[in-house]
Amino acid sequence: MNITLRAWRQEGPSDEGRFETYQVSDVSADMSFLEMLDVLNERLTLEGLEPIAFDSDCREGICGTCGVMINGRAHGPQAATATCQLHMRSFRDGDTITVEPWRAAAFEVIRDLVVDRSAFDRIIEAGGFITVATGSAPEANLTPVPKEIAETAFDAAACIGCGACVAACPNSAAQLFTASKVSHLNLLPQGSSERYIRTERMVDTMEQFFGSCTNHGECEAACPKQISIDFIAMMNRDYVKAKLNNRGRA
Amino acid sequence: MSAVRLDAKTPPGPLADAWDNHRFSLKLVNPANKRHFKIIVIGSGLAGASAAATLAELGYQVDVFTFHDTPRRAHSIAAQGGINAAKNYRNDGDSVDRLFYDTIKGGDFRSREANVYRLAQLSLNIIDQATAQGVPFAREYGGLLDNRSFGGAQVARTFYSRGQTGQQLLLGAYQAMARQVGLGKVKLWVRTEFMDVVLKEGRAVGVVVRDLLTGEITSHSAHAVVLCTGGYSNVYYLSTNAMTCNVTAIWRAHRRGAAFANPCFTQIHPTCIPAAEDFQSKLTLMSESLRNDGRVWVPASPDDDRPPRRIPENDRDYYLERIYPAFGNLVPRDVASRAAKRMVDAGHGVGARKNGVYLDFQDAIARLGREAIAARYDNLMEMYNRITDEDPYQDPMRIYPAPHYTMGGLWVDYNLMTTIPGLYALGEANFSDHGANRLGASALMQGLADGYFVLPYTIGDYVAKFLNEAPVPTSDEAFARTETELRERISGLLSMRGARTVDDFHRQLGRVVWDECGMSRSEEGLDRALSYLPDLYEQFRNEARVPGDGESLNQTLEKAARLEDFFELAMAMCVDARHREESCGGHFREEHQTPQGEAVRDDERFTTVSAWFWTGDPTRPSLREEPLSFDNVQLTTRSYK
Repeated sequence: MNITLRAWRQEGPSDEGRFETYQVSDVSADMSFLEMLDVLNERLTLEGLEPIAFDSDCREGICGTCGVMINGRAHGPQAATATCQLHMRSFRDGDTITVEPWRAAAFEVIRDLVVDRSAFDRIIEAGGFITVATGSAPEANLTPVPKEIAETAFDAAACIGCGACVAACPNSAAQLFTASKVSHLNLLPQGSSERYIRTERMVDTMEQFFGSCTNHGECEAACPKQISIDFIAMMNRDYVKAKLNNRGRA
Repeated sequence: MSAVRLDAKTPPGPLADAWDNHRFSLKLVNPANKRHFKIIVIGSGLAGASAAATLAELGYQVDVFTFHDTPRRAHSIAAQGGINAAKNYRNDGDSVDRLFYDTIKGGDFRSREANVYRLAQLSLNIIDQATAQGVPFAREYGGLLDNRSFGGAQVARTFYSRGQTGQQLLLGAYQAMARQVGLGKVKLWVRTEFMDVVLKEGRAVGVVVRDLLTGEITSHSAHAVVLCTGGYSNVYYLSTNAMTCNVTAIWRAHRRGAAFANPCFTQIHPTCIPAAEDFQSKLTLMSESLRNDGRVWVPASPDDDRPPRRIPENDRDYYLERIYPAFGNLVPRDVASRAAKRMVDAGHGVGARKNGVYLDFQDAIARLGREAIAARYDNLMEMYNRITDEDPYQDPMRIYPAPHYTMGGLWVDYNLMTTIPGLYALGEANFSDHGANRLGASALMQGLADGYFVLPYTIGDYVAKFLNEAPVPTSDEAFARTETELRERISGLLSMRGARTVDDFHRQLGRVVWDECGMSRSEEGLDRALSYLPDLYEQFRNEARVPGDGESLNQTLEKAARLEDFFELAMAMCVDARHREESCGGHFREEHQTPQGEAVRDDERFTTVSAWFWTGDPTRPSLREEPLSFDNVQLTTRSYK
């Protein structure tokens, strides 16, 4: 198949950026979207042009490194699929495909399709952990965790930190990212001691970087791991309780 | 170089007490003094993140460098199936001794007894630690931890988190490290690539790194440097490794004097999705856990082109069950991979390119129901469907072996120190625990054992002697010299303005290494590779094209620098494979096999570790051998029949 690619080109954070159009021919339906970009980049290189910078790593949908807006949708048209797992069979011969970076104030464009998502690390550093120093753990089977609880915690823990939720949100909010970690840890008995302090610190840090949630639900639709916005409700509940419990604390 | 001795520092005395006795003999650093010591950790995967978190908890000042945009991207995240531990929760006869024995045997008797025993002991602590961190392992209805089986074992000792065990364990370690970042105990450097280790008076005193966004080259000094930079399967171009996995850190350390052990010990994983076409950028693994319920087969007659469901039972060859009735579909990886290759080479391959074998869930679905199979493997089934557009619940999966893990790596002693004092290597970056073949679900175990429980003890013994000594300042001439060499190297790469792409050369290199030093090797093929590779390397230097500059993000420059190191490594792999005149584990020399095609070891000559030292000519490294002794297990021919 032959496609027309409108790709965002931006030399660096201070460059204004623009779309450029490329014809890509002989695209195979079995190619992944990123392999199509690889092929184009090799061609651009040989033509003496600069290849399009984009991030990707595992190409199995688990590391969360890749992620671009494809025709205005985070990770493209296929539900529950990270960009690296999207294949060209999702498009038709003759299609024009627009590809651009995540757009969010907290995610500065570094070059072309590459953005800076380090604000996510700041949220985790604020409380996305269980305080247990190496060596101090009790025997693992001492604390049974009901299977349903463990499964729900896992559903939340499946987040890959790609940033699609932020990119899809009209407010560039990071509630789904934050709620997935808050819920994963708050649901488990091991994480219950720090439940409220964790929630408060993570949410307050999140708000330093990201917009506010107004319940559009775009994040859930864009999430390649189909993480539910129910977790945002759980986080909000814990945040209110945290503010009450932690009132008066510095 | 002749002064270098390989002292494995294996503790004397009974195996079961070795680690305890050794820990007691190590020097301790007083808690108040630990903050005076600075440790640099390179890489943030399971080994790096767990080591950084633990060292910081102990009070050391830790700097962590990763070329990823965040530590959580490290390739440990892609491990699917599970992590072994000798908990014996199943009451099925497991024990530390049995995990030790299985690992030694699985490694085809080419690993150190004491290291492997320690690994088996520490497996217990890892599960406790990860569970306490909130790693959501699979559980039974009673709330206790569940297990499944993996290849090379007759007990169920594998703990798992659906098909995303690596992800959950990595996030646990990442979060433990993030806590220390938040506390100011760990300083995190992202998008910063390690380029070289700096030596002064023969010991590691720091590193030179490159900021991938600005191209800035800077020096950082420390009392010790810890490399946790993974394996080198990407030398084959197509592998299950992530796109950016590379050998640079350990190769640059090797060039500075660290011995590289058993580079030819590479693992070809039996269950990956076969390559579809030539533009393929990587191969995707389908977890070994699928072999618990999937049955491997090929059409019994080579030219049977019927779709799989039209081929009746009688016309199928369940060759693993036929050849290895005791272990069946759960034979170790090297055995399963070679059997698949033999079937495909004999014309039994399936799929449009006839480059795979079937992994079939039909019987398991009939026995347990689709829902039970979906509960175990649905994310893998979905991943397979997304990549191939085929439904593995209906038709069998097509699978074929692919490079996946490298048992070889930097030589380390029992303390995980390389032959350069002050330079450590952990996880897949070292060679220590898996011998010639790694068993499934043992990589996560080793990375975390090294990082959480081994290095934090052993490093104190080394740094203790530098109490009241600040790290060598980066103004020292040793740093300046290393920086200058790096700047020259980068500008050399940036002046490459030929007519072929870097990826094109990488593909060509990968084909050569796959053909001559992949699943089977021969003297003739290795000689062919060794005469061809230096020329190809030269062509790469003259004909490759690196666009752009060195002052902003330049992904082609990054690839070109890593590819240089892969070229040199490829030569070392072929030298090592040629030297090792035997077949063992993942190293299969065609000259050394039984009439049935099984591997034949030469224990008389090669019960050794081959440790290679850099001489300046990548085709002529110099060799030191570390003899391996087996006092607790008997050397036997592995049989999974």
